[in-house]
Amino acid sequence: MLFGLLCLTFAISHVVPGDPARLAAGPDANESMVQTLRAKYGLDRPLGVQFVRYLGGVATGDLGQSLRSRNAVLDDLLRYFPNTFELVTLALLLAVVVGVPLGMLSAVYQNTWIDHVTRVVSVSGVALPAFWLGLMLQLLVALHLGWLPLGGRLGLTAAPPGPITHLLFVDALLRGEWRTFADAAAHAVLPVVTLCFPALASIMRVNRAEMLETLRQDYIVTARAQGFSGFRVVTRYALRNAMIPTLTMIGLRYGWMLGGTVLVETVFDWPGIGLYAVNAAVSSDFQPIMGVTLVIGLNFMLANLLVDLAYGWLDPRIRRASVR
Amino acid sequence: MSARVLSLEQPAERLGASRELRRYVRAYARSASSMAGLVIVAVFVVVAGIGPWIVPYPEDARGAVHLERKLQPPSAAHWLGTDEVGNDVYTRVILGARVSLQIGLIITVVAALLGVPLGIVAGHVGGRVGETIMRVTDVFLSVPALVLALAVVGALGPSILNAMIALSLVWWPGYVRLVQAKTLALGQETFVEAARASGAGRLRIVLVHLLPNCVSPIVVKGSMDMGAAILAAASLGFIGLGAQPPYPEWGAMISHGRNYLPTWWWYSAFPGLAIYLTVLGFNLVGDGLRDLLDPKSLA
Repeated sequence: MLFGLLCLTFAISHVVPGDPARLAAGPDANESMVQTLRAKYGLDRPLGVQFVRYLGGVATGDLGQSLRSRNAVLDDLLRYFPNTFELVTLALLLAVVVGVPLGMLSAVYQNTWIDHVTRVVSVSGVALPAFWLGLMLQLLVALHLGWLPLGGRLGLTAAPPGPITHLLFVDALLRGEWRTFADAAAHAVLPVVTLCFPALASIMRVNRAEMLETLRQDYIVTARAQGFSGFRVVTRYALRNAMIPTLTMIGLRYGWMLGGTVLVETVFDWPGIGLYAVNAAVSSDFQPIMGVTLVIGLNFMLANLLVDLAYGWLDPRIRRASVR
Repeated sequence: MSARVLSLEQPAERLGASRELRRYVRAYARSASSMAGLVIVAVFVVVAGIGPWIVPYPEDARGAVHLERKLQPPSAAHWLGTDEVGNDVYTRVILGARVSLQIGLIITVVAALLGVPLGIVAGHVGGRVGETIMRVTDVFLSVPALVLALAVVGALGPSILNAMIALSLVWWPGYVRLVQAKTLALGQETFVEAARASGAGRLRIVLVHLLPNCVSPIVVKGSMDMGAAILAAASLGFIGLGAQPPYPEWGAMISHGRNYLPTWWWYSAFPGLAIYLTVLGFNLVGDGLRDLLDPKSLA
């Protein structure tokens, strides 16, 4: 898969019709300037040679240079990725913590007002354009009510904590800088809510459907007949069985959220790899886009691996089958 | 004799099909949300069709400049207000429906035309070819479509045509996965084995037995994808990689309108509402069709 991903990023950058050297040189560049850039980046070599050089570069951590920031792409990614990681992780946590119980409640109280509200939220959530939702939240909560900051990672007066893990929240906690932590949290609320909304809707929807299916099973009826409390039956027996497809959706949503950062980070000026990729794409800076694509692809693969491992933890049948 | 049998059978078949269709229509109409979706989609399609003839200021779609009426709030003359060069936002939102319908249709149809044959080959022919198709599909699915489209548009240069090409190029793997799984399952069915045993060729099995049975999930996915493709194209427009001004595309309008928040909120609020309603409509229709045609799937 990893090799496939590398082939894909290479194909986009080298095979898709379009001339990276011309794009990088800009509209006013003459032919000799384009040729110089082409030679500099090795774009005048045969495709096979370019591919081998590309693989060698990736293996040694050389993802090229950003024309815009003049930094090595790897350095930029290391600087911006922790911000994106925090944003996506918080949004996913919020989506799971809110989405799973709401999906469960919606199934348990099917066709009541709880169910109706939940279904409206789940249908709307998938249809709302994230960038528009973000703008409307900015308009209402930040500009009109003035409750939360408009964007950015920290306020102008707050200094980031000395780096330990490069994750701002974690570093602020470790260094006991509570004001910085609170400021970072205030800046994170709107982007996290915006990013989490479509995922929350999907998770809620899948969990509801699975819970409805599971609650009709014979073993649930038996457990109820044996006198187990409704809460225990729902949380211990039904929810656990309904979680496998929900977990698949969570894994999928993690990937989509990484894609969604492109929009949410643009709206909230969040200094992550999504905003980095957009700025690069708008200014035809090609190497950073390829670097971001590779990082997001790798993360998505890792998330799916974790989901596969979690299947075994949730379902003893899968665990035993894999041991055999 | 045989001609007589045929003439008796054909109307009966037709009668059965029309009765079946009526049953489906009745079942679909029983769901209020599906009907709401259908109404939204119908309005969207009609507006896209007759838009140029019903808008009050058709010249505003081509980027006319009327500085004397710039950034006016919603009023009787300009129902949804005006933008920074005095263009009527209502006119541009209405004409944006046509743009979005074209984008959604092109991306979905091209993706299905690429993905369905590949899915059938992967599921029915199998072997190394099928394995290769599925591995390439998996690689495409390992990167979110929007990021991949961003990379492709980055390579091609920003424009609405390139955004459509990019999204079509990254949209097909979903169809491959869907059709391959369906074809594999159908391959085990008795009627396909019977066709094989009676000497039917591969092409005949595909065209007569496999493809018609794949239509339902493809239709369901297609209707869902219309909304998703419109949303993705608007997203590319928003980040400046899709439609370029003065083209009346909803995402690009929101992108320009955000510079005029919060005072001139109508500039970005109404195009966003149009995207939301349109995507909601297609999702509700897709939901309704799925409940009807493919109830076992969860996607």
